Amino acid sequence: MSDTKGLTRQQMCDRLAMEFQDGWVVNLGIGIPTLCSNCDFGDRSIIFHSENGVVGYGPLAAPGKEDMHLVNAGGQHVTLNPGAAIVHHADAFGMIRSGRIDVTVLGAYEVAENGDFANWKMAGQKGGGIGGAMDLAAGAKHVFVAMEQTTRRGAPRLVERCAIPVTARGVVNLVVTNYGLFEITPEGMALKEIAPGVSVDEVTATTGCHLIVPREVPPVRMRG
Amino acid sequence: MPKSKIYPSFDAAVADIPDNVTIGFGGFAVVGVPINLYSALAKQGAKGLTCVSNTTRGGATLPEDAPTMEWLIQNDQVKKVVCAFTAPTRASQRLVFTEYYESGRIEAELMPQGTLAERMRAAGAGIPAFYTPTAVGTELAEGRETRMFNGREYLLEEALPLDYAFIRAYQADAFGNLRFRRSQRNFNPLMAMAAKVTIVEVEEDVLPLGAIDPDDVHLSGIFVHRLVKVPPAPEGWWPMRPAEIAARAAR
Repeated sequence: MSDTKGLTRQQMCDRLAMEFQDGWVVNLGIGIPTLCSNCDFGDRSIIFHSENGVVGYGPLAAPGKEDMHLVNAGGQHVTLNPGAAIVHHADAFGMIRSGRIDVTVLGAYEVAENGDFANWKMAGQKGGGIGGAMDLAAGAKHVFVAMEQTTRRGAPRLVERCAIPVTARGVVNLVVTNYGLFEITPEGMALKEIAPGVSVDEVTATTGCHLIVPREVPPVRMRG
Repeated sequence: MPKSKIYPSFDAAVADIPDNVTIGFGGFAVVGVPINLYSALAKQGAKGLTCVSNTTRGGATLPEDAPTMEWLIQNDQVKKVVCAFTAPTRASQRLVFTEYYESGRIEAELMPQGTLAERMRAAGAGIPAFYTPTAVGTELAEGRETRMFNGREYLLEEALPLDYAFIRAYQADAFGNLRFRRSQRNFNPLMAMAAKVTIVEVEEDVLPLGAIDPDDVHLSGIFVHRLVKVPPAPEGWWPMRPAEIAARAAR
């Protein structure tokens, strides 16, 4: 991890998961976003959709209890919740492109202030890993991003314009990093909440674009 | 009586595959991957292949020594891959494919996973092309045909027909009607529909006609041509639990 300051990865995902509404269909990208499935949703009913055609999966299977025919998008052995269904890939992506997914949470290398984001190809890399990200970015009703505030070398991931090839343009709504919660607004990128132990100056110094900062920045909301 | 679709071995089922054909390999992660057919094709040796699959190493949860597309790549059987991943998903991972790709020994066509699935669905449905919102505004769309529908821009994608589909299923009857189990379905029915010849590795003994209720058939035998029962391990390859893979690697 590039920087242990601020929120843990689980706390980042807990904060995004607070935005999930009762009955939402949620698709989680691989990496940090998978931690959203560990969150406590209280009395909200959340349906997890996986690009390989699993609709309504539950917690990870206990070691030794894995069903060898059942994995999520990250290849992890999961369980099924009551009411789950299985479809093939074209139907799974039909659900995505036709707007049946309420929110997707994806990892990213960069998010721009206009809502563009990049997560499939690193600088100078030949080839890339698109997976389902471009379909999800184009089709989900909301696109949330969970990522570290900076690269391992300390370069900002929140930027004016993406320097590497984008996954989709103008689609990101909400970003959580270990430093705080950011919203993409028509006016630009806004700091909504700040992580405990992090100052506004530290956030702006590690952000590569203009940041709209309210006079009082509330702390990142936590459960419990 | 038409010729039986049941083949005695994987070797027999792939014996006539010629050079320079396009083959779809089904499966997602480890589930539904035609592990035994990869092995048989590596032995058979057909060259100049275009290999269509989600990734070039189907199954991060397979044991290191399990057959994957990497066997075909190392055998110099592969001319081109068509995939949703042509790079590792983790910086620490090294793919056999990457070495061949970076040195120019293999071509690659990279596309979004939903586009890959839909291009094969279209081929199997007799649809030559379609428009999708996916990848609009990205470098994948540069220089290609787009069109506005109801105020939104869409990208033209063409059907992706296959010469052969290699897939894995849970149950089959003698006509080739298939059932998949849990997330085993994934790309498999789409590849079968897109292919001229579909070869299936089946986990259970091939059932007599009528043993599968017609309402429970996931893929009609219309799209299926050859069936091979997967023998028990170690003769046949089966997915393993993470703990089994770790124990095997430690040996």
